[in-house]
Amino acid sequence: MARNVSTRRKIVVTVVAWTIGILIFFPILWTFLTSFKTEAEAIASPPSLFFFDWTTENYHEVQSRSNYFLHFMNSVVVSFGSTLIGLIIAIPSAWAMAFSPTKRTKDVLMWMLSTKMMPSVGVLVPMYLLFRNTGLLDTRTGLVIVLTLINLPIIIWMLYTYFKEIPGEILEAARMDGASLSKEIIYVLTPMAIPGIASTLLLNIILAWNEAFWTLNLSAAKAAPLTAFIASYSSPEGLFYAKLSAASTMAIAPILILGWFSQKQLVRGLTFGAVK
Amino acid sequence: MATLHTRSAARLMIAPSVLLLLAWMIVPLAMTIYFSFLRYNLLMPGMEEFAGFSNYKYFLTDPAFFHAIFNTLAIVLGVLFITVVGGIALALLLDQPMFGQGIVRILVIAPFLIMPTVAALVWKNMFMNPVNGLFAWVAKLFGLQPFDFLANAPLMSVILIVAWQWLPFATLILLTALQSLDEEQKEAAQMDGASAWSRFIYLVLPHLSRAITVVILIQTIFLLSVFAEILVTTNGGPGTQSTNLTFLVYAQALLQFDVGGASAGGIIAVILANIVAFFLMRMIGKTLEA
Repeated sequence: MARNVSTRRKIVVTVVAWTIGILIFFPILWTFLTSFKTEAEAIASPPSLFFFDWTTENYHEVQSRSNYFLHFMNSVVVSFGSTLIGLIIAIPSAWAMAFSPTKRTKDVLMWMLSTKMMPSVGVLVPMYLLFRNTGLLDTRTGLVIVLTLINLPIIIWMLYTYFKEIPGEILEAARMDGASLSKEIIYVLTPMAIPGIASTLLLNIILAWNEAFWTLNLSAAKAAPLTAFIASYSSPEGLFYAKLSAASTMAIAPILILGWFSQKQLVRGLTFGAVK
Repeated sequence: MATLHTRSAARLMIAPSVLLLLAWMIVPLAMTIYFSFLRYNLLMPGMEEFAGFSNYKYFLTDPAFFHAIFNTLAIVLGVLFITVVGGIALALLLDQPMFGQGIVRILVIAPFLIMPTVAALVWKNMFMNPVNGLFAWVAKLFGLQPFDFLANAPLMSVILIVAWQWLPFATLILLTALQSLDEEQKEAAQMDGASAWSRFIYLVLPHLSRAITVVILIQTIFLLSVFAEILVTTNGGPGTQSTNLTFLVYAQALLQFDVGGASAGGIIAVILANIVAFFLMRMIGKTLEA
């Protein structure tokens, strides 16, 4: 009965849902459109939605004025670097906890998660001073270190929930067939673990790319990722809507696309497996 | 099955993560605690001296501290209210059969993927600006006076921006939970003549309760530390009208160079977050057992 929903109802739901969806998405659409306007058109009244002289000039301007590419690469290096290092540290740990759990495994996992609850501002002062004294302030290395540490608990948790779902019987079957430990890992476990690792990688790149506490406080001109670079547009002199839009569009596009591909993993990773 | 050999191997595999996180947790926090008892200003190096609880006393009696606590709570509760109520409504809507459901979903989750500084600046300049913003244009269209959001209602504006970013998170999680609701149960309730409203109250809401709890707790952890949105829009102002605890500590440390005072503030923030975390950990611990 619930299956034959009337077409009329479906159309009404469609109209309402699309309207709300477009309203929620509108600021992003508007940013995208504005990035192709001239500065004069960007603040024109009445504003025009589609009918203006499309120009890509802002994209060139943003690059030539502020070396946008440097900041883009900072974001790439920092988010990929911290995620990859995090994975290298976390895979063995999550693996061990999922496949040879002990009585204390649960406590260890909970404790790891609890480190994530510490508000960053609680350790802002010592981190700033440590970084200043060791020359890590405003370096990519410094940001990679901090982001690796803050995302490590999430990486371990996500991997753990994925590894946990690999059935133990499969290992036993492989062993019965005479597979050695190395063969077991290469031919049986790795193929089953790769989807989980890939999802973890994706979610953490998103989180690291958008991280905006440590990147804002520990970087300045040289190592500033896009989060910190875009923040420089908050000054009154930076009221160039079209250029702000172009810089913003380039900063959010890669992550939007990555995020859309990993909707399901987003839920799972962000709730530590509590909602699947 | 676990032999002594595999057990020690397992320990070795876990060790790097545990040691790193242990160091990350203990070293900076211990330093913060230590600094919080010092009179220590970066502008006067070499003048550090033991100060007892005077930093805490100073911080806790500063009127800005009470503004900050109030604003922190207002941001957390305001955003939670908008996102949870809006999230339930949106999840229910998106769960209905419609054309192009996948695309609507993509549109709705997009704000969550936007970096905070971009989200805040786009809202500040292109929407809330009293001269060139889109809201000002709409107001003029209706013959109204444009409203200067960030000057006249800074806290509300910050709440709106942050809520826009977190609404997708709540929606996505509640929708996922909604989709796991047994279709047959819904049909059975419908056959028994339960109205849409009573189905929502007695069937859907109890089913969602766990997801709602997860949304509230996880968002609270993040919302207690809202920072970038405040930094690029209002800079905590006017005055301290939109300063939360995180921003207050930041200002004390990196704008006034008062290491001791900022550290005391940081410790207070840690204590507050721990109270919230206590409940979150219990909740997630239960799921782990299930």
